[in-house]
This record gives sequence, structure tokens and C-alpha cells, in this order.
Amino acid sequence: MSQHENHGDHHNHGSLKSYVIGFILSIVLTIIPLVMVMNNMLDKTTTVIWILVMAVLQFIVQLFFFMHVREGEKPRYNVQTLVLGLVIVFTIIAGSIWIMMFNKY
Amino acid sequence: MWENIKEFASTFFVTGDPLIYGADVSIALTMVAIVFVLTKYKKWGWLWREWLTTVDHKRIGIMYLIASLLMLFRGGVDALLMRVQLAFPNVEFLHSDHYNAIFTTHGTIMILFMAMPMMFGLFNMVVPLQLGARDVAYPFLNAVSFWLFMLGAMLFNLSFVIGGSPDAGWLSYPPLSQNDFSPGPGQNFWIWGIQISGIGSLATGINFIVTILKMRAPGMKLSNMPLFSWSVLSSSIMIIFAFPILTVTIALLFLDRFAGAHFFTMGGGGNPMMYLNLIWMWGHPEVYIVVVPAFGIFSEVVATFSKKTIFGYKSMVWALMSIAVASFFTWAHHFFTMGTSASVIIFFAISTMVIAIPTGVKIFNWLFTMFRGRISFKQPMLWTIAFIPCFVVGGATGVMLAVAPADYQYHNSYFLIAHFHQVLIGGVVFGYLAGIYYWWPKLFGFKLDEKLGRWGFWFWNIGFYVCFMPQYALGFMGMTRRYYTYGWDRGWADLNLISTVGAFLMGIGFIFQVWQIAYSIKHGERDTTGDPWNARTLEWSIPSPAPFYNFAVVPTVKGADDWWLTKQAKENGTYKEEPAHLEPIHMPKNSGIPFIMSLFFFLIGFGFTFHWVWMAVIGFIGVALCMWARSFQYDTDYYVPVEEVRSTEASLGRVY
Ligand code: HEM
Ligand SMILES: [Cu+2]
Repeated sequence: MSQHENHGDHHNHGSLKSYVIGFILSIVLTIIPLVMVMNNMLDKTTTVIWILVMAVLQFIVQLFFFMHVREGEKPRYNVQTLVLGLVIVFTIIAGSIWIMMFNKY
Repeated sequence: MWENIKEFASTFFVTGDPLIYGADVSIALTMVAIVFVLTKYKKWGWLWREWLTTVDHKRIGIMYLIASLLMLFRGGVDALLMRVQLAFPNVEFLHSDHYNAIFTTHGTIMILFMAMPMMFGLFNMVVPLQLGARDVAYPFLNAVSFWLFMLGAMLFNLSFVIGGSPDAGWLSYPPLSQNDFSPGPGQNFWIWGIQISGIGSLATGINFIVTILKMRAPGMKLSNMPLFSWSVLSSSIMIIFAFPILTVTIALLFLDRFAGAHFFTMGGGGNPMMYLNLIWMWGHPEVYIVVVPAFGIFSEVVATFSKKTIFGYKSMVWALMSIAVASFFTWAHHFFTMGTSASVIIFFAISTMVIAIPTGVKIFNWLFTMFRGRISFKQPMLWTIAFIPCFVVGGATGVMLAVAPADYQYHNSYFLIAHFHQVLIGGVVFGYLAGIYYWWPKLFGFKLDEKLGRWGFWFWNIGFYVCFMPQYALGFMGMTRRYYTYGWDRGWADLNLISTVGAFLMGIGFIFQVWQIAYSIKHGERDTTGDPWNARTLEWSIPSPAPFYNFAVVPTVKGADDWWLTKQAKENGTYKEEPAHLEPIHMPKNSGIPFIMSLFFFLIGFGFTFHWVWMAVIGFIGVALCMWARSFQYDTDYYVPVEEVRSTEASLGRVY
């Protein structure tokens, strides 16, 4: 990540173009799963996998286009927070699946 | 027309209960009295300029404190009503519905509208002063947080007289909280009151993380930052990760209720247990969010009143920070009885027991700090000493609950009620009270009266044990929580009566404290030195009450317990007076936008509560306009000229 660092004093908070791209991407990534679910296009497992993939992509789009993870000076608190955030997001999702598995029986 | 209005009013306002009519009258009278006093003494402008628009962290802290004390009163009255109902078998004081509403509002208010704001009050009153900063990182956002909390809390409390109170328990489990079983606006009040104040809490978490990481005085490394600030960092980290879970969970619940979705319904592919799973992912960190700052307070108090540096500073920091992470891995212990796989239960039982370790470490550190110290038993220290045995017992019963097979017996019994009140009152309430007594002189310039305070202290403490010890036994005897009445044949009568007596003793303790505050405003010992306890950290180096810019000159920190080092150096004669050099001070300007924007948030909540979408739409538009207006505001700060700083300091007895 750090090789993209923009050295120097001026802070780059993204251009209009990057915001518009991010905006469109995040809308598209929202519409795809919605359409898939509303029209019953795929079977259940495949739909779930698609939704998860879209969610991960959405997450990445948000981080890069709106949260500006690449910016920021030392110490890199944003990266530390991101790692902790990922650990917790993983716990929430994997933990829920694990705990709620009992439903299957 | 008239008929319509009458019909609307009879469903809109809560009717038919003398208690509530009484409340209606007293609310109306209080309103009239406030408007009258403000108008008579021409104080409207003062209220607006000095309080409603303020961005000063100290004033925001004071407003949090006042709000939380009012909420402690309301939650306490709820508690006493319940204890009256349970005092004897077959009492006909509250109906079952009414009892349900009261334990729901009691629990919700005590955690979200009493403990949280009291904690935020302490954050605000102390952290910037302790760090040597002039305000928090985002003063405007800080005001937004406060007003969102305040209007969220007001929305929730309104359910008492309008629409009807929520009555599905403080965490509103579905299916009970779904439309089928809880029609009407009560549950919506619960959802929107928490939702709105929750946004404020999240923003406060962000604000204090940035303040602590970025705004420390020059020379203050993280490794010698005072422990209270460390505890605030730990708590804020938990807030920013836990509160989004809450927001999403109750947003989904709202979609179920409002839009007929099926996230947590019984049929249609939903699963109510998923709600429990999600809400406790917030709920367990939440209890650590409120208790960790209490640990920070005890660390400051123990060091100051034992006249020693804290024992094991590094292990304290490690314990505080490891709790911030570990607290996210124990949530399932709240529903062991749900019946999931054995490996899940084993994992969560062990993780729960593991988290007791850092807490135990801290207890030993406090004890070792006191060991061979010159302890003075002032009020903050009294509450700290009372906390230790109380929390140790509460923690031990917590570990008992974590033994999953045994929990099948304890679950949702009065044993559980006694356990969590012991940690919440003994840990959180005692801790915050210690903090309030400790920092009160810094905020207001006088101490709270010792004698009245001691009466309050003993009533609270004796009352506590009299109230809650019998409940452990009642739990073993089979009394479950949320029980509104019982018969003589159960054999629970004596213990319940004792418990009720204890509750009233605590109530008397609270009255003593209110009296103490009123008395001390006039007669309390004035603090002219700025350092009434001979304390150790930076906040005590400035006058009391602290001037609005906090530090005339930003201090340069040389080590841990910097103010103590300075005092020592002065005593030894090794202190080198550095020529103080006043400079204009950069400060944020007041703004009315946080207050107005929060009013619009209130409209959103109120509109959705009654399904009046038009009102919610107005609210959304208003919020958007406020954000728009703020984005184009460039004139948001100013400089305090050197002359004004000099004369303010001179009036506080400090010459530059
Ligand atoms: C001042 C003394 C207090 C007394 C006498 C008291 C009494 C009670 C009683 C009688 C119940 C209902 C038990 C039941 O029927 O299930 C209850 C529930 C509860 N209390 Fe307290 N309480 C006090 C303080 C607090 C404090 C300080 C907190 C939190 C900071 C708190 C949090 C709760 C919660 C979360 C519940 C569960 C509500 C529910 O079942 O949904 N209480 N309390
Ligand atoms: Cu827990």
C-alpha cells in the first residue's frame, strides 16, 4: 500500500472523478444482489455466495474511494484500525454462521 | 371533527392510570415553571448562547452529567416501583403489563440513558484536561453527539405519556417485540430512541480516539499517558466497533416491523435467535464499554489518595487494551441455553473465563498501590474501596454463570439479576460516583460536602447488599426474572421483603446525594488552589473551575504523572521556571446547528414511531439541510487575544 503514498505536504482527498467512480461502483454492487434475489435467478447457495462476494467488493470500494485508506501519515493508525476492524468483521460473520448452524439439524 | 380529535387523543396519550396522570400533571407544571423562570429573568438568550449552542467540552460534560442524574432518578423510581410490587406475595400494585413496561424502561434507561451519558460526561469533563489539550478533536461533532443523545433519550421517555411504553425487555427480543405481540408505538419508541442516541455514541467514540491519539500535549507519549485516558481509549475502540452492530440489528428489527421484512420473524425464513446473536455482539462489549472507564477512574483515585504511582502501569495498559479486543469474543454466553453445538458452548465458556484474567490483574494492581501507601479516605477513595469487594464477588458469580452446564440452572433467574446488578452498581455506578466526587472541584470550583456524602455512601452500600444478596438465594430457590407476582406457597416472601428494604435504603442514599449537591453549591469547601487533592496529573495544574480555553500555556510533559513531578521538583528546588509566553489561543466558535439538526432527528424518530412518514421526511430534509449549511460554513473558529487570556488568568489568581 505504502508505495502509493503521496509524499509532501498537500493532502490528496480524491478528485471529483474518483468520487463519481466510487459512487457508481457502489450503486452497481448494490443493485446486482438485489436483482438476483428479487428475480430468484439462482439457487440458494449460489445466491448467498454472490451476495458475499458483492459485499466484499463493496467493502473494498468504500475503503479506497471514500475512506482513503492509502492516505495518512505515520504512525499508521488507519492501517492498525483496519486490521482490527477486519478481525472483528470476520468474527461477526464467521461466528454467526458457526453459532447459528444448529438450525440445520 | 371533535369526535375525531377525542378518539385520536385517547389512543395518542396514555390514559387510564393514575400514576401516569400524575406524571402528566407534573411534566406540564415543570414545563410551565421552566418557561416562566426563563422569561421572568430574561434567560432565554443566556440559555441559547451559553448552553444550547456551546461546543466547550466542559459544558457538554456538565450537560451529560445533569441528564444522567435525571435518568438515574427515573430509572431508580422504576426500580422502586418494581420492588414495591415484589415486596409481598400477591400484591396488587402494578398489573402485569405495567410491570413489563417498567422493567423494560428501567433496564434500557439505566444502561443507555444513565450509564452511557454519565460516562460521556466524565470523558468530556476530564480527557482534554488530562491530556493538556484545549478541546476535543472535533468540538462541533461533540455537540452533535450530545444533542443526539439528549433527543434520543427524550424520545424514549416520551413513550411514558404518549403512545405507551415498550414492554418487551431491555433488549426487545423477537418474536415478542414483533408486530404480532407488540403492536402499537412502544417498540418503535425503543428502536428510535436508541437508534438516535446510538449515532451520537458512535461519534463520541471516534472523537475521543482521535483526541487521545492526536491532541496530547507535547512530550506526552502514549507510554506515560494517564490511565483514565487509556481506559477511555479502550472504551472508545469498543464503541466504534460495537455500536454499528447495534444500529444494524435494530434497523433490521425496524424493517421487520415497519416494512414486513422477515429477518427475525418466526416464519418466512426469518430466525429470532439471529437477533439474540447479533444484539449480544453489541451487548457484551457494551458492558465493558461502561465498566472500563470506571477502572480508569479507580486507577487515578487509588494513586492520588495513596500518594504513590500506580503499581504495574504497563500491566494496567495491557489489561485495559486486551479487554477491548477480548470483549468481542464472549457474546454467546448470554444464550448458552439456546441449544447450539457443544463446541460453540465450550469456546464461549472458556473465552468468558479468560477475560476475567485482565480484570483480576487490575484488582491486584490497585491493592498493591494501596499497600504501604499513606491512604486518605476522602469520598472518591471510599467509593473505590467499596468497589473492590463488591466487584470481586460480582466477578466470581459471573464466572459461575460462565460454567455452561451450571448456567442451565442459573439462566434468567434472580441469581443472574443479582450478578449483573453487582457488577453494574458495584463497578459502574460506584466507579462513576468516585469519578464525579474526584473531578467535581475541577469543574465547579468547590468540593462536595464530606459529611452528607458519607451518609449517602453508607446508605448506598448497606442498601446494596441488603437488596441484592437475598436475590442470589431467591435465584437458587427458583424465582425467575421478570416475574410480576408470586404466591405465599413459594417461600420467597421474607427474602423479597428484605430485598425491597435494601432498595429503599439505596433510594435514601440517592436523596442524601442530591441534598449534598444542593448544600455544597452554597456551603461546599471552595477550591482556590486548583489542586484540592494533591493529585498527580495535568488537569490539576490549572485553576478550578478550568477557564474555557483550559491551558493558558500548553504544558510540555516530562514524564508520567507530570504534575506530581513538577510539584516534587518545586519542593526539591530543582524546578526551573520557564518564562511563560502567552500567545493568542485558537478556539472553535459556538454553533446552533447541532441542536437544530438533532431536533430534526427527533422528528424522524417520532414520525417513524407513529408511521407518519411525512413527518420523518421533513426530518430527513431538515437533517440534510443542516449538514449542507455546515459544509459551507467557513467562519468556524477565532482567536482569543493575549490580553483576554492574561486578564482571565489574573482573575483566577494566576499572573503571567
Ligand atoms: C438502584 C438500585 C437498583 C434496583 C433496586 C434495581 C432493581 C431491578 C429490578 C427489580 C429489576 C427487574 C427484575 C425482574 O423483574 O426481572 C431490574 C432489572 C434490570 N436492571 Fe436494575 N436496579 C437497580 C439499578 C440498576 C442499574 C444501576 C442498572 C444499570 C446500570 C440496572 C440495570 C438493569 C437491567 C439491564 C435490568 C433488566 C431489565 C430487563 O429484564 O429487561 N439496574 N432491576
Ligand atoms: Cu456478556
